[in-house]
Amino acid sequence: MERRVIEQDFGDLALNMGPQHPSTHGVFRLKLHLEGEKINKVESFLGYLHRGVEKLTEKLDYDMIPPVLERDDYLSPTSNSLGFINTVESMCGIEVPDRASYIRILVAEFQRISSHLVALGTYGLDLGGALGGGASLFLYCFREREKILDFMESLTGTRFHTNINQVGGIRYDLNDSTIKQANDLIRYLRPKLNEYFDVISQDEIFIKRTRNIGVISKKLASESGGSGPVARGSGIHFDLRKDSPYEKYSEMEFVTPVGEIGDAYDRTMVRMKETIQSLNICEQVLDRLPEGPISSRKPIKSAKLLKPPKGSHYKAIESPRGELGFFIVSDGTSIPYRMKIRAPSFSNLSIVEKLLPNTYIADAVVILGSLDPVFGDVDR
Amino acid sequence: MEQFILFATPIVKTISILILIVAYLVWLERKVAAKMQSRIGPYLVGKPHGWLQPLADALKLMLKDDSKPKNSDSLLFNFGPIWIMVVSLASFALLPFYFNNQMINTDLSLMLFIAISSLVIVGIFVAGWSSNNKFALISVLRMVAQIISYEIPLVISLLVPCILIGSLNFQEIINYQDGSWIVFYPIIGQISFILFFISALAEGNRVPFDLSEAESELVSGYTTEYSGIKFALFYLAEYVHLFGISVLASIIFFGGPNGPIFNSNILIVIKSLIFFTIILFVRWSFFRIRIDQLLKLNWNKLIPISFLVLLATCLIKFYLDVKL
Repeated sequence: MERRVIEQDFGDLALNMGPQHPSTHGVFRLKLHLEGEKINKVESFLGYLHRGVEKLTEKLDYDMIPPVLERDDYLSPTSNSLGFINTVESMCGIEVPDRASYIRILVAEFQRISSHLVALGTYGLDLGGALGGGASLFLYCFREREKILDFMESLTGTRFHTNINQVGGIRYDLNDSTIKQANDLIRYLRPKLNEYFDVISQDEIFIKRTRNIGVISKKLASESGGSGPVARGSGIHFDLRKDSPYEKYSEMEFVTPVGEIGDAYDRTMVRMKETIQSLNICEQVLDRLPEGPISSRKPIKSAKLLKPPKGSHYKAIESPRGELGFFIVSDGTSIPYRMKIRAPSFSNLSIVEKLLPNTYIADAVVILGSLDPVFGDVDR
Repeated sequence: MEQFILFATPIVKTISILILIVAYLVWLERKVAAKMQSRIGPYLVGKPHGWLQPLADALKLMLKDDSKPKNSDSLLFNFGPIWIMVVSLASFALLPFYFNNQMINTDLSLMLFIAISSLVIVGIFVAGWSSNNKFALISVLRMVAQIISYEIPLVISLLVPCILIGSLNFQEIINYQDGSWIVFYPIIGQISFILFFISALAEGNRVPFDLSEAESELVSGYTTEYSGIKFALFYLAEYVHLFGISVLASIIFFGGPNGPIFNSNILIVIKSLIFFTIILFVRWSFFRIRIDQLLKLNWNKLIPISFLVLLATCLIKFYLDVKL
């Protein structure tokens, strides 16, 4: 009779976190190999939200692409279209009127604030649970975000996917009542944001949960292509608004907040300080708003089809999550030959497998939340 | 038959009043949370401020389809919620919380109360173990570690008033606090109340110690696989347990029915409602702490302090023996 020795190593407990888990910030699957509460090994699985945006753009005119791209990073729609339009403008050599550029900055910065408010609110849910103090923070953040969306509504008629940017300028102009509303909004947001900053940065449980958790060294951040608050949290002065200014950012005065050791606490604080800086930029825009036309091209319906010259071009902007770059190859026709999006969330998320081993389950959620990935942006 | 009715009447009375109170505690919690988060809360079901909402919720949960995960132990799976509900309700047999309804009046009331209410963990463990779900399993492992460690400071902080009073009987504890309440006893009273408050939060599985539910990490903890009426039993039992702890606090630390102007049993209910509301404020304003931090807080801080307080109380009782 054949004798078989059956060896079975039960090993670690493999726990599937996601794709339907409440705190993976979208559809992301983490396979955690656990030893008790401790994480030994992590595998991550992407692609649950892949919509083929890049392929889709190969069938569309250059003027039809921005509205599609606004659905890409669904927490800061304007920065997507802004990045694409900046690339196309520098390919075709189109000049943008000053007033249009200023209003683009205003909208982009307000959306940066709203995106960071969502990041902070959902981070509260990760830390405190939907049935605890985290839910309170979440709802406060969304209350302030609502005000920003109200402003967008009166400016463009749309609350979220504003579609304000077009190649050559913008579609909707600021008037007296919207300028007044924007000023009121800044006056309303400043004390609120400062208050949250004070409360959160001194909350003892918050410090206990985030200090020295998920430390990203400068080396790791730059090696993995980290950008935005993830890189700045580790102390890297990297901000495309300052380093390679696009639009009229060179005329604005603001500082780039950076963290010290690169833990979850630093990244959150960098985001919160950035919202205050964005308010400063918005204030400057409204103070110095120049007069003039808002677009150098005709309205889209009567404008000529854009046909960028043959060749390829890469240009990146600073989205709320980091370096959002567009690489466009043109063959001289009215549709791109190929377009590649360099998504900041994707590069930032790639660090997660290196951070999670030897932490606890509760930390996994905290670390993932501090990277602030948006899965529309990661999977595209 | 007559004997049975005599036996059953107080039980039915207590349980029905308790369920009513607890249903409106849930409503109160939702309203307080809404107020803290600048929302309105339940509003449409029942005209003034959604007062029929608890009823609607209960009805909805009762009508839901009863589901059971594959490969789970069906006997234990059903046993868990029933055990938790029975135990939480049984502990109220000892509490004199309204119109002298105390059913069992022994010299060991307090000890019995703690013993019975700590049996809740058995039901929770059985529920988490039998649902054949990894999240539930991790949750109950956490829960056992948490409740067993927090039982120590809880019991010791309750022992302090008992040593001062010299009795474990609720009636004697109440009678002793006729003039002044234990919480006003210099230093020792306040420290033991704070210890009691912290460990009661952990024992009642409340934020910032709600690690076993931890929905951002463990989906919904040990109730992940439960739905319908079984989930409702868990939910109600949690509030019954918490209300039991609130009543206990009002009796042991706040003098029960003894008020500054008049003495009445309704004061017990009012005091425990105030205590419950404070727990709500804590719940909706703090983040959750991690399991290792939770255990460190207990073993490194709460237990040494509680033993020191116990020692001090014994010395005071032995050498001074001052009445309040």
